Amino acid sequence: MTVAIVGSGPAGTRAAEVLVRAGLRPVVIDEAPDNGGRIYQRQPPGFQRAGKQLYGFEAGKAAALHACFDDLRERIDYRPRTLVWNIRPDGLNTYGDGRYGEVAFDQVILCTGAMDRVVPLPGWTLPGVTTLGGAQIALKGQGCAIGKRVVFVGSGPLIYLVAWQYARAGVAVTVLDTSGFTAKARQLAGLLRGGGTFMKGLHYIAWLRLHGVRIFEGATPVAIEGGEEVAGISFRDASGRARRLLCDAVGMGWGLKPETQLADLAGVPFDYDAGQQLWLPRRDAAGRSPVAHVFLAGDGARIAGADVAELAGTRAALAVLETLGIPTEASVLARLDAAIARHAAFRRALDNAFPYPAALAAAVPDETILCRCEAITAGELRRAARETAMPPAPEVNRAKAFTRIGMGRCQGRVCGPAGAEILAAALGCTVADVGRLRGQPPVKPVPILAERAVA
Amino acid sequence: MSNATDVLIIGAGGAGSSAALHLAQRGARVILLERGLIGGQATGVNFGGVRQQGRDPAELPIARRSREIWARLPAILGTDCEFEVTGHLKLARNESEEAELIAYLDVARNHGIALRLIGRNALHEDYPWLGPTVVAGSYCAEDGAANPRLLAPALARAARRAGAEIHERCEVTGFAHDGAGFAVAADGLRFTAPVLLNTAGFWGGGVAAAFGETVPVSPLSPNMLVTEPVRWFIEPNLGVVGGNVYLRQIRRGNVIFGGGHGENDPSVPCSRPLPDVGAAAMRRALELIPALAGVQVIRSWSGIDGQMPDGLPVIGPSRTTQGLIHAFAFSGHGFMLGPAIGAILAELVLDGKTDVPLEPFRIDRFAGGDSSVVRAEPQQQHS
Repeated sequence: MTVAIVGSGPAGTRAAEVLVRAGLRPVVIDEAPDNGGRIYQRQPPGFQRAGKQLYGFEAGKAAALHACFDDLRERIDYRPRTLVWNIRPDGLNTYGDGRYGEVAFDQVILCTGAMDRVVPLPGWTLPGVTTLGGAQIALKGQGCAIGKRVVFVGSGPLIYLVAWQYARAGVAVTVLDTSGFTAKARQLAGLLRGGGTFMKGLHYIAWLRLHGVRIFEGATPVAIEGGEEVAGISFRDASGRARRLLCDAVGMGWGLKPETQLADLAGVPFDYDAGQQLWLPRRDAAGRSPVAHVFLAGDGARIAGADVAELAGTRAALAVLETLGIPTEASVLARLDAAIARHAAFRRALDNAFPYPAALAAAVPDETILCRCEAITAGELRRAARETAMPPAPEVNRAKAFTRIGMGRCQGRVCGPAGAEILAAALGCTVADVGRLRGQPPVKPVPILAERAVA
Repeated sequence: MSNATDVLIIGAGGAGSSAALHLAQRGARVILLERGLIGGQATGVNFGGVRQQGRDPAELPIARRSREIWARLPAILGTDCEFEVTGHLKLARNESEEAELIAYLDVARNHGIALRLIGRNALHEDYPWLGPTVVAGSYCAEDGAANPRLLAPALARAARRAGAEIHERCEVTGFAHDGAGFAVAADGLRFTAPVLLNTAGFWGGGVAAAFGETVPVSPLSPNMLVTEPVRWFIEPNLGVVGGNVYLRQIRRGNVIFGGGHGENDPSVPCSRPLPDVGAAAMRRALELIPALAGVQVIRSWSGIDGQMPDGLPVIGPSRTTQGLIHAFAFSGHGFMLGPAIGAILAELVLDGKTDVPLEPFRIDRFAGGDSSVVRAEPQQQHS
């Protein structure tokens, strides 16, 4: 009996813990060299910064998750630095350390995590522009900042955390929050349900203001400017006034989107989630997908943050045990389910307080590159949408076929959300109507090799 | 509600879309019904080869005619579908494969196709990136490649401009023939016409069966891969004797290659490439071009075509039902033929005859348990 877990972040680690306690020896596969996921990414060997410096308020949680995994190492089949690039009904196709491999499974828990959600602003392909998550990883992993004068543009709780981390590291920081004050104020009741999490967010904002960091709420970015590299950013403030800031780097991001490609390839059906404005794989509260043997947990299934990911990983592993006929305690399940449900209300408020700027995405100028991989502009997508009398590109996959948008290295993981908004606006329909890009293996690039060595 | 027309066409791949265009241009009233989206299966997902070299001699008259239309696509469709005359280089990896290349030279000459045999030394001089296992090549200068995703939609657009009526996402659920004409139920609508064209790819077998003509057609899924863009250096479209790998590089830099078959379920329909088949294609591609080692594959895909036991399509009038004409099961190499198929079907409908010999494609060639017409191992190459 093999249970495979893809990902060893908060969800994957807790899932492995449950399975090991039940006497199983799961296979745990992760692209990263060590566990922790992106949120609790460990520093490379030789780096000796304190946990508080790396993870702030969450240092205790990070340490606990790392310790939990360290304790499991001998009792799991751990495959770090290994990409799962395809999933079959009974096995995973992997690539790592120069070799292709296969991992057979009876049950699989996909804990694939999330990536930044971006809007392709004019100038976003200039050197010096990175995502919020990327900016944070540079600091957390390597102790590097993306620039000396950095503008963070976007929305969501992450922007204030990253700005706080950068400011504390001595970087000159400005925040352009595309979400207005009123959107957040309206969600106050729901946000307060987040308790400590919400208070920490307020703390970051208060600290930033206290230390003279400029925060523009309700800002509308116009363009990232520069010739060879980032030199500044132009935007309109909440009152509509045109402004311009000089900077040498931009970090951008509008929340996160789940890495759902493996769920897609596994045949899990997707539903449009109006709250997160994303297509999400279908699963029940315990993480069971409609596809037998496939379970989903953490931000890879739906964005809910690291705390929920730990709970969801635990819950999904318990669901696997239930499937295998291994006894579980009903009281434990009930407590977990209640805790996960409590977080859901906070998450809804967060989603509403920091909405994806659909209008901004839909209004990306024609000449702006939308698909970086294939260098396709927003205008090319719009032309495909309204080319002739035929319903020419009534959905994203045909738009992809016509324009190559989403056909490159990232397969639309970066440009997909904005592309869907542009297409929907051009066709005059909802973003749910234009569908979602179908995933195709490999979920990330894999090399042509002569030998297909099986690890 | 009933929609009466002159010609009903089922299946908007290359054959059906092209037929709609040619018929509409000649003044016929046409309705084209497509279950999914135009060009969503075989026509849209194949390798994109526009190749005469290596085809079964029976197909060469159609290929010649089609090649002439390919050259005129910009005038006909307003787009060239990214057709580029890159040349097609068919490679031999041993002596027996080389003997096949030599034997084909006469076949091609008889159909007016100029091929040039290139021996080992000259080949490696002209194409220094070829691997040492390649011993000979046969070059067809007028062959090339195009973007398969664009052809059927472009044909359909032109057909609509010429007056054809096209219904996408309109699945046919019932057929009837009352002796005078056809009645087809699709998506809650009823369509009638004296002529019905069956251009439904693999599913054309089901359409034929509805009129009492069973054919041994099976689903066929190409196993396609594409790499990240790399420096452009492979000019010709490449094939090999036996067809177990085929490869081309577009000027954007991506290398498109395939070989072998994926899995499918035509009842859904769905199809997907297989990892082991892709790995075998990678090995064979590397044998041809060692410089591809380490280049990243970014995507793979498949689709569903219809495969006949002899690797030839079914083209021509029904043997059971007056007014029914078939053109389906192109067995992995219909993409290039599509533009001509429409012209031929239009002639069959409007003139009652065509100059292109269709005898080898008779629908009843497998009827009566006669297996003598089964040819050698069908070529794998997908267009």
